[in-house]
Amino acid sequence: MTDRLNKNFLVQGWLVILLCLVFGGSLTAVQLTLSPVIEANKKNEILQIIPGLISEENSTAINKEATLPFTVSPFYVNSEKQGRHLSYAVFEAKDKDGNISGWAARASGQGYADKIELLLGLNPEAEKITGLFILEQKETPGLGNKISEIKWRDQFKGKKTDKAISAIKGKAVNANEIDAITGATISSKSVCRIINQMVGDIRPPLKMKLEESVHEKK
Amino acid sequence: MTAEPTAPERFIRGILPENPTYRQLLGLCPTLAVTNNMKSALTMAGAVLFVLFCANVMVSLIRNLLKPHLRIVAFTLVIAAFVTIVDRLLAAYMYTMSKNLGPYIPLIIVNCIIIGRCEICASKESVLKAASDAIGQSIGFGIGLSSIAFFREIIGTGMVFGTRVLPQIWPDWVIMILPPGAFFTFGLLLGSVNYMVNRKNTSIKNRDSMK
Repeated sequence: MTDRLNKNFLVQGWLVILLCLVFGGSLTAVQLTLSPVIEANKKNEILQIIPGLISEENSTAINKEATLPFTVSPFYVNSEKQGRHLSYAVFEAKDKDGNISGWAARASGQGYADKIELLLGLNPEAEKITGLFILEQKETPGLGNKISEIKWRDQFKGKKTDKAISAIKGKAVNANEIDAITGATISSKSVCRIINQMVGDIRPPLKMKLEESVHEKK
Repeated sequence: MTAEPTAPERFIRGILPENPTYRQLLGLCPTLAVTNNMKSALTMAGAVLFVLFCANVMVSLIRNLLKPHLRIVAFTLVIAAFVTIVDRLLAAYMYTMSKNLGPYIPLIIVNCIIIGRCEICASKESVLKAASDAIGQSIGFGIGLSSIAFFREIIGTGMVFGTRVLPQIWPDWVIMILPPGAFFTFGLLLGSVNYMVNRKNTSIKNRDSMK
């Protein structure tokens, strides 16, 4: 009888079960207290970048503590292409008077090493790029990760969106070309490809939205 | 058989004589993966310190209740819980660093240093000994990580802690911050540590034979 009792799983495993319950409870408490902070971190990261992407001023001048000159509200643009369903998070930036001052759109795609996630600033008509920021990349350190550098990203400023942008080895000549990073042509081209694809997908809906908002104001 | 080491001995042993990186060769995944700059190496060492300390104390507290055949399950549970807490804390208060370290913080769960210390020390010793053992081993691990990170960062980028120390003329050896650089640096450092230990041992042996 005692032998059977001793072999009972509760007698053997009560400590493990107890530990599971205790740790489960404490992890829930940790998650509940910290998840708002973590969510806020993620949101802040994007919110801090947006003013620099949209305003015409130099993106190097953004101060982390700077107050937002815009009110930013996110929405999603969906697109259905060749049977593939894509969804882009777009942030609409409005100035004090409620006029749309620009868009910041998030897109991601395959880079050389891993996924590249970026944020692209567009003017209200979605005809011109006002800025580019790389949110996440795992490209080769020292080569491909230069896509995050301000010097390279600033090439995209002022580019028209009606033509596809291409990365050129050596020196860019035409208006819709940018210099590819030496030794990281694939990373550079990937960024251009991601931008081109997204711009093509979101330009019409953004234009429509702008017209709607102008209409509403009248 | 020698007497069981006391708490201060446990502490000292972890730092150099039983250094987890150079003498025990444990925890090599983070040693190779997050040592391309000092900041992430020290953050990793700090996270390991927290997890190892909490896990050792916890295991030492429940050591008399453990069923021998279920002990590994209990160790893993304890470690996983504390690693998850550290992971969340980093995401909340050191967001960029947590993004840089990526999957390597959750991977502390499988770090052999921690389960090794639980098995060797904490499950047999008092709380005080387990705690000093945890701190000693973590400091040893921190020394291991930061020594590799120091050479990799300074040769690979000319910087230490993100500030330039080498003159601009230094051509950054990018390979040092890439994965192969970790193997080169660790191999060379491990070789020199072994060389020094061997030389010390031979000189002690020679001195003893002279007597």
